[in-house]
Amino acid sequence: MGITQILFWLLTALALGSALMVIVSKNPVYSVLFLIVTFFAISGHYVLLNAQFLAIVNIIVYAGAIMVLFLFVIMLMNLNADMNLQKNKLLKFAGFIAGLCLFLVLVAALRDADIKKQMVQTNGGEIGLIKNLGMVLFKEYVVPFEISSVLFLSAMVGAVVIGKKE
Amino acid sequence: MPVNYYIFVAIALFCIGVVGVLTRRNAIIVFMCIELMLNAVNLLLVAFSKMHHVINVAKDINAGIDGQLFVFFIMVVAAAEVSVGLAIIVMMYRNTHSVDINFLNRLKH
Repeated sequence: MGITQILFWLLTALALGSALMVIVSKNPVYSVLFLIVTFFAISGHYVLLNAQFLAIVNIIVYAGAIMVLFLFVIMLMNLNADMNLQKNKLLKFAGFIAGLCLFLVLVAALRDADIKKQMVQTNGGEIGLIKNLGMVLFKEYVVPFEISSVLFLSAMVGAVVIGKKE
Repeated sequence: MPVNYYIFVAIALFCIGVVGVLTRRNAIIVFMCIELMLNAVNLLLVAFSKMHHVINVAKDINAGIDGQLFVFFIMVVAAAEVSVGLAIIVMMYRNTHSVDINFLNRLKH
């Protein structure tokens, strides 16, 4: 068992464990912190797959920007004071069963797929490097890239309009 | 690593996100579970792009690079979505003094 496999299982256990902690922890602040751990584990997977640009962007955008935004909103709301959320045991149980059924169906459907013997290239390959990604992004995908800038502008305007008082 | 393992890891992460969306009543945690599902799909896209690359690298030096660019665009859309979604949650909290999604029942009246 090589170092790549040990790292794979370590990162997988970290990602799944902290993802479970996101949905079971009572305090929303702890949920945010565990979600950051999950994102770091997924970034570790990207590094293992030699997708270096995506690993860095995942840390900067998700763990850096989006999660800080979540933390700001949670602290703005002072949620810890009184969280009298309505509890419905039956609904929780039904949701858990539904998710479990989805998991079982997907695993059963993909267990014997033809593709399962294919190997994924770990710690090698050039396509994840920023040079190659940038060349393709600014040659073939330049129109979607510019459209996404319009999307960001509209999202910014929308957030300001919605969040403005009165 | 066989692509099988990545498929099952992504399925497990996605289903944890689904269970979170279905069971939690806090709007912020529901939103975080949606981010979790997006990340599960991103992981699977990167794994498939590396699989496609190793098969077709002889024909095309950049085979499989599209998958990683899709991940990049998913991250772009997710960032825009989070900014608007959190603004909506803040406005909902300002009106109802709660982030319980059961309060959104009144939308159907």
